[in-house]
Amino acid sequence: MKLGAPPTAVLVEVDGLGKRFSAHGRSAFEDVSFSVGRGDFVALIGPSGCGKSTLLHIMAGLSAPTAGTVSVKGEPVTQPRADMMFVFQQYTKSIFPWKSVLENVMLGVKYRSRSPHHELEEVCRKHLEMVGLSRYAHYYPYQLSGGMQQRVAIARALARRPDILLMDEPFSALDAMMRAELQDLLLDLWRELGLTILFVTHDLDEALYLAQRVILLSASPGTIADTVQVPLAYPRKQVETRSEPVYLQLRERLYRTMVEQVIAGRAAS
Amino acid sequence: MTWIADRLFNSRFPGLVLILILLAAWQLSALYLVDTPTWPPVTSIFEAWFDNIADGTLIKHLLATLWRQMLGYGLAVVMGVILGLAMGYFRPLYNLLEPLVEALRPIPGPAYLPVLVLFVGIGHEMKVVLILVASFFPILLNTYSGVRSIDRVQFDTARTLGLSTMQTLRELVLPAASPQILTGMRISLAISLILAILGEMIVSSDGLGYFTLLAQRTFKIPDMYAGIFTLALFGYVLNRLFLLCEARLIRWHIESSGRT
Repeated sequence: MKLGAPPTAVLVEVDGLGKRFSAHGRSAFEDVSFSVGRGDFVALIGPSGCGKSTLLHIMAGLSAPTAGTVSVKGEPVTQPRADMMFVFQQYTKSIFPWKSVLENVMLGVKYRSRSPHHELEEVCRKHLEMVGLSRYAHYYPYQLSGGMQQRVAIARALARRPDILLMDEPFSALDAMMRAELQDLLLDLWRELGLTILFVTHDLDEALYLAQRVILLSASPGTIADTVQVPLAYPRKQVETRSEPVYLQLRERLYRTMVEQVIAGRAAS
Repeated sequence: MTWIADRLFNSRFPGLVLILILLAAWQLSALYLVDTPTWPPVTSIFEAWFDNIADGTLIKHLLATLWRQMLGYGLAVVMGVILGLAMGYFRPLYNLLEPLVEALRPIPGPAYLPVLVLFVGIGHEMKVVLILVASFFPILLNTYSGVRSIDRVQFDTARTLGLSTMQTLRELVLPAASPQILTGMRISLAISLILAILGEMIVSSDGLGYFTLLAQRTFKIPDMYAGIFTLALFGYVLNRLFLLCEARLIRWHIESSGRT
C-alpha cells in the first residue's frame, strides 16, 4: 500500500467498463466507473437487461469486458481471485447436489490449503455454524429449503476467508420471510467479518435496506444513472429502518429514476 | 378387502401370476394338444435345466458368456467414459470427433462382425472386440451429451473456487454427468449381452449362445429352451444388479428429481 493512503483504502476500482455483445452489436452497459472502499457495502440495482449481472461477472473475472478495466488491490482482474468470492443467484446449481453440505463447503478449501483434513473440516463447520447450519452438515442439498441452500453457498464462500464478496441477486428466488432473514444474516456477517460486499439486485428495497451506497444503472445500454449514499445506522431493522423518513425519501428518489429508466428502455428497444 | 385390491393392482403380483399361467398353458398344451418334439412340456425343460446345471455344463457356458461380455463391456465403459468426458469438456475435440461418431454410430453392431473376422480372427478376442464396439457408442454419446448439458453456473462456481481442470473434471464434470453416463451404461449392458450371444452363435466353442444353438442343431430341444431360460434369468439379474448400483451411486439425483 502506498504511503499516505486514506483510511478507507480503495479496494475495487471499476474504470470505464463496457461490454458489447458481438452477436447483435449492442452494449449491455458502457462507461461504468466507480470504486469500492475496504469494508464498504455497495448495492448495484437497475431494471432487467441493464447488464448489472454481466458487470458483476466481469468484476469476478468470470468474463472479459470489451472496454475499461476492473482492478482489485491495484491489480487488474483477468480471472477469478482467491480473495474475492461469488455467490450466485441459482443456488440449486451452484451448490453441487451430489455433495453433502459439509462437502460443498470443503470444496472451496480442500485444494487451497495444506492443512490437515480435520483442521479444514473444523474451519468449514465453524462457517456452517455462522450461517446457522451446524446441524445440517451431513444433509444433502435436496433435503434443504432454498434459503438453507443459499446459506450453504454463503458458508462456502466465507470459508475461503475472502476480502470481497460479490453477490448476484442471491435472495431473489426466496420467499419474503426467508429473504428478510438472510438479509439480516448477511449484515451481521458483513459487520462481524469486515467484508467488502458488492450486491446486485433488482429490488431497490433490498438495496436500500442493506447497503451504504446504492448505484443505479440505467436501462440498456446501462450507465450509472444515480448514486445514493444511505445514511442509515446499523444494525438495521426490518420494520423500523424501512419506515424511517430518510429511507422513504431515498426510496422515492430511486423508484422515480428506476421507472424513468424502464420507460426509456422500452422506448429505445 | 382393500389390501387385496391393493395387492392386485399396485404390485407385481399380477405380473407374476400371468407368467405362471402362461407356463401352465405351455405345459398343458405340450402334454395334450401339440404332440411334437419342438414343443416339449415345461417339466422336461426344467429337467434338462437341472441336469445341465448339475453336471456343470450350463455353469461353464454361463461363465464363458459372462467373462467375454464383462470384458468387452468393461473396456467400452472405460473408453466411452474417458473419451466422452474429454469430448464434452474440450470443445475442439468435440468438433473434431463428433461428425465421425455420428457417421459410425448408425452402423448396427453385428455389421462389424465380418470386418472383425478379417482383422481379429474368429477367437475369443473377436467376440470381445465386437461387444466392445457395439457397447461403446451409447456410453460415449450419453457421456458427452451429459457433460455438455452441465449448467454454466456450475462451471463458474468451479472457477471462482479456483479448481484446476483435473479437479473440475473430478469434482464437477464426472458427478454431474453421472446420471446420463449411467443411462448409457444401462443401454450398453443389454447390447453387450446381445452381441455376446450373437458372436457365440456364429463362431464359438463355448458360451450360452453356443450351447443354445448347438442344442437346437443336435435336436436336444429341452436343452435349447433351458439355454433360453438361463439367458432370460441372466439378463434379468444383470439389469437388477445394475439398477441397484445405480440407485446407490446417484441417490442425490433420484431423490432430488423425485421431488420436483
